[in-house]
Formats: sequence, C-alpha cells, structure tokens
Amino acid sequence: MADDTNDVEALIDLMARLPGLGPRSARRAVLHLIKKRGQLLGPLTDAMAKVRATARECLTCGNIGTSDKCAICASPKRATGELCVVEDVSDLWAMERAAVFKGRYHVLGGTLSALDAVGPEDLRIPQLVNRVEEESITEVILALPATVDGQTTAHYIADHLPGTAVTSLAQGVPVGGELDYLDDGTITAALRARKAF
Amino acid sequence: MLAIKHLTLSHFRSHRVTRLDVDARPLAFFGPNGAGKTNVLEAVSLLSPGRGLRRATVDEFARQPEGLGWKVKAEVDAGGAHEVETWADPGSARAVRVDGKAASQVDLGRMIRVLWLIPAMDRLWIEGAEGRRRFLDRMTLSFDPGHAEQALTYEKAMRDRNRLLKDQVGDPSWYRALEAQMARAGMAMTRARAATVVALAEAQAGAETAFPTADLSITHPDVELPGSEEDLLRAWEDTRRRDIAAGRTLIGPHRVDMEAVYAAKGVPARAASTGEQKALLVSLILANGRALAARVGAPPLLLLDEVAAHLDAGRQAALYDEICALGAQAWMTGTGPELFAALGDRAQRFEVTEDGGTSIVTAAG
Ligand SMILES: Nc1ncnc2c1ncn2[C@@H]1O[C@H](COP(=O)(O)OP(=O)(O)O)[C@@H](O)[C@H]1O
Ligand SMILES: [Mg+2]
Ligand SMILES: [Zn+2]
Repeated sequence: MADDTNDVEALIDLMARLPGLGPRSARRAVLHLIKKRGQLLGPLTDAMAKVRATARECLTCGNIGTSDKCAICASPKRATGELCVVEDVSDLWAMERAAVFKGRYHVLGGTLSALDAVGPEDLRIPQLVNRVEEESITEVILALPATVDGQTTAHYIADHLPGTAVTSLAQGVPVGGELDYLDDGTITAALRARKAF
Repeated sequence: MLAIKHLTLSHFRSHRVTRLDVDARPLAFFGPNGAGKTNVLEAVSLLSPGRGLRRATVDEFARQPEGLGWKVKAEVDAGGAHEVETWADPGSARAVRVDGKAASQVDLGRMIRVLWLIPAMDRLWIEGAEGRRRFLDRMTLSFDPGHAEQALTYEKAMRDRNRLLKDQVGDPSWYRALEAQMARAGMAMTRARAATVVALAEAQAGAETAFPTADLSITHPDVELPGSEEDLLRAWEDTRRRDIAAGRTLIGPHRVDMEAVYAAKGVPARAASTGEQKALLVSLILANGRALAARVGAPPLLLLDEVAAHLDAGRQAALYDEICALGAQAWMTGTGPELFAALGDRAQRFEVTEDGGTSIVTAAG
C-alpha cells in the first residue's frame, strides 16, 4: 500500500513541475486522472508515449513536430516569401492560433544576451541568414519581445540582412510577455500594422 | 494635492506594526538615535520607484530576527484617494498593488512623487559624481516618470556591452545592436536631465527664498557628451578598442556629473561651507517642489531626514515657512522636539522611542 502511494506521490511531484501547475493543482489533476482511468489516464499515457517517441524539432525552422520537416515548412502554400522570426515555439503556436500569418517561421530558441552568455551561434541566426537566401524570402517580420535582449536580437538580425525588407510587429511584444499571452485580435492588429525596422 | 492620510508599517525594519493617521500638514518625528525615525521615512520612500532612500535590498527591510517579509501600506490623496501597498515576501522581489490591483513601480512614479534629503547627502558636493548623478536622476524622475525606464534600458544594454568588452568579443554587429538601444535611451535620459536643470533654474530664479541659488550644469569627464543619437553611436564605434582595454564603456550619459556653483558667491558648491552646501541642497529640493507644483498641480512628498543639522536657526525657520508656503507634506526627523518649535501648530508631531528593538511611535500633538 505504501508503495502505491509513493507512485502516486511521484506522479504528483512530476506534474507539479509543469508550468502553470503547483503542488495543489497537481494533486487535483492526478486525482482526476485516476478517477477517469479509462477515458483520460489511458489515452494520456498513450499520447505521451507517442510524443516521447516522435516529437522533434523541425530542422528548418525549429518548430516542434513529428518529422524532420514540420507541416508548415512542408506545405508549399506557406512559401509566401514572408518569414516571421520568433523567440520560442510557444510564440509560433500563438501566431498560428491567431491564423493571420500565411508565411513561414523561424524559431530562434532565445534572445541574445552577453550577460547570460547567449551568442548568435546559440540562436540559429546563421541558419536564418541562409534561409533568407535559399527560400527567396522577401520580407522578414520580427516578432521579438520589447525587452533589451529582444531588441538587441532584432537589431542584430536586421544588421545581417542588409538586402532584405525587415519589419517588426507594431507594438512589439509587451515587456516580459510572450506572444503566447496576447489574444488573437491583438496579434492580428500587430501584424497588420507592422512597420519597417 | 499629494498627501499620505494613513500609513502602516508591518515588520518593516525596527517597526513591528506602526500605524499613523495624519493630515496634509508637515510631520515632525523626534526621538533618540536608533529609535526608528529614518525607518519611517524609508518606508514612505518606497511609495516611489527604486530601492528607497538608503538604496537597500528588499531583504534588508524585513524585520529581524523574524525575517518574515515586510509590508508598507498607505492611503494617499493623489488627485483622488488611493490605497497603495508595497511588500516583499522572503526571497521575493518587491511587489506593488494600487487600489487592490497589481501595479508596477513605474505606475507608482506616475502617481506619487517623492524627493528626499538625508544626512548621507551632506557630503554630496564633495564626494564622487555618482551621488550627484543619482540626485539629478531622482529630480528628473519627479518631472518625468518615464526616466526610470529609459535609465533601466540604458543600464541593461550597457552592462551587456561591458560584458562583450570584457570578453573581448569582436562581432561589430552585436555591439551596434546594443549601442543602438543605448543611444536611443541615453538621448532620452540626456534630454530629460537637461530639461530638469532648466526647470530648476527657472524655479530658483522666480522665487522669494532664503536659500541660495545653485547654478547647475551637466558635465562629462574628458570629452563633451555627444549630443545626438548619431554622435553617440559614432563615439562608441570609435572608442570600442579603448573600451575593450578599459573593460567598460568610457563615454555616455552614465558618466555625467552635475556641477553646482553657489551663484551669489561664484564659488563651486564643493568649496562652500558645510552649512552653505546643505542650504544649496535644500534650495534645489524646494525649487524642484515649486516647479512640480506649477506643472502637475501638486508639490511632491518631501522626506527630510535630520534636516535641521547644519542649518542655523534662521535658515531652519525659513525652511519651515517655505515648506508650508509650498503646501508640501514634508516628513522630517530630528533628535528633539525643540528643533521643530518654529513650526508651531503648522506641523504634526510624533515621538519615536524604542523598546527592546521595537520602535514605538506616539502622537505628540
Ligand atoms: N531589518 C531590521 N530589523 C530590525 N531592526 C532593524 C532593521 N534594520 C534596522 N533596524 C534597526 O533600526 C534602528 C535604526 O533606525 P533608524 O530609523 O535609522 O533610527 P533613527 O531614529 O536614528 O533614524 C537600529 O537600531 C537598527 O538596529
Ligand atoms: Mg535617522
Ligand atoms: Zn519547420
């Protein structure tokens, strides 16, 4: 009996490490899963096992998918010549939720920070410069945070793309906030009103 | 109108729970050394952005030995009644709430303007540039609450640039990216500081005051501070090699000094007597208060710690008269009640004593 409780406790501890969950909500979630063993816990463990086996970064853009090329990079419809640069996969997903942007993405995986020892090579910036040439990109849209690090990254990228139109989202992404926290309408408005960087 | 109506200090430094109900008149706190008078003023200083008048870290405010975290709560009349709370739990950053809603420190700056004079500033004119620059920035912030954000942006970008310099990174593009932000924020800072010096000069010139006029100017070591974004960018590009050797940024708004001349005598402030130096500071604080009252319709809160020190009886009386004329809620401290006798019933008095490490504040008429 004691061992069973330990298994459950271990699951609660793991769940509590998820973003947005604390010990209390983790306990509630686990209890709920156990009660719905058939409808929820079973499918969930299957789904997690699958994702564990198949999830990977798109080699081109950094999106998370299940093959080396994500659905967006694989779709010819998305080859509009527009490339949207974001800090994180969650920003890409937020843009996709708003469903206004028809082009492709490039996920940097962070922002430049000398103090945190994050340099251009750590951020897929060389890959970005290559893509702009190879995919005949006509406009690079920067959707980076309005923090110092975010804007340093924006300047750095613009500096490396002298022949390409570089724009940025209208109000920038709010300080400390990711695109993820913006509602779809705000993202749409920010994209429509983008301006030359 | 800007005045605190109620103030509660909870587990703040030597105060366990101190509650003050006050009106808009100046306040005088008296009592022996170490009783907890400055701590009250420090609590009030946290109703504005930053680390308070001692530039302490959040953990230092927490009452020891409990170390439970601390809270300062105020009901403020700031063009309408507002409730402001600021606090920190152990190990956490300082949080702010206005009227029950989470707020930022910049929000505070837009709502409550606070200026202070503390004994550590008695040597302001003779010590290093940093203290004078900080004083200038505090006055600038009172006119332009956005100054804090520009200064933070500049500071952050410069620390990153300094890191690149120390690591001897060569990538010019990375430098340019940081310098672009430093230039924009730096010019905003420079303009705001210059506007402050102009506003203070006007407020001093137009006033009937017993305090001497300080002619202010902003200077930069070795070279003149570049006066536009383009000039700043060029200066930083030109000096990168030298900056790498120094391991830091040698030119920029972070290095300016505020120089003062005792106008009536034509001598630099640092050459004036101790009392005269203090009088120049008081003059600037009062001028700042008058300029703000004219602009935003209300004088700032003034925190004047041990303000009577170094001022002769005539200047003390003049200071009180001018504070009352300005209509500022001044929070003042001194060791004994006699220091505030000239205020008569124009001020509220509190005696501060200490019992076993806990401050006790009692209304003294
Ligand atoms: N975090 C703290 N917890 C408890 N006491 C503190 C704390 N910080 C400072 N003190 C005490 O506060 C007293 C100083 O209070 P202060 O307001 O500066 O005195 P004064 O009345 O002379 O202005 C000192 O006795 C000091 O030990
Ligand atoms: Mg004191
Ligand atoms: Zn992809």
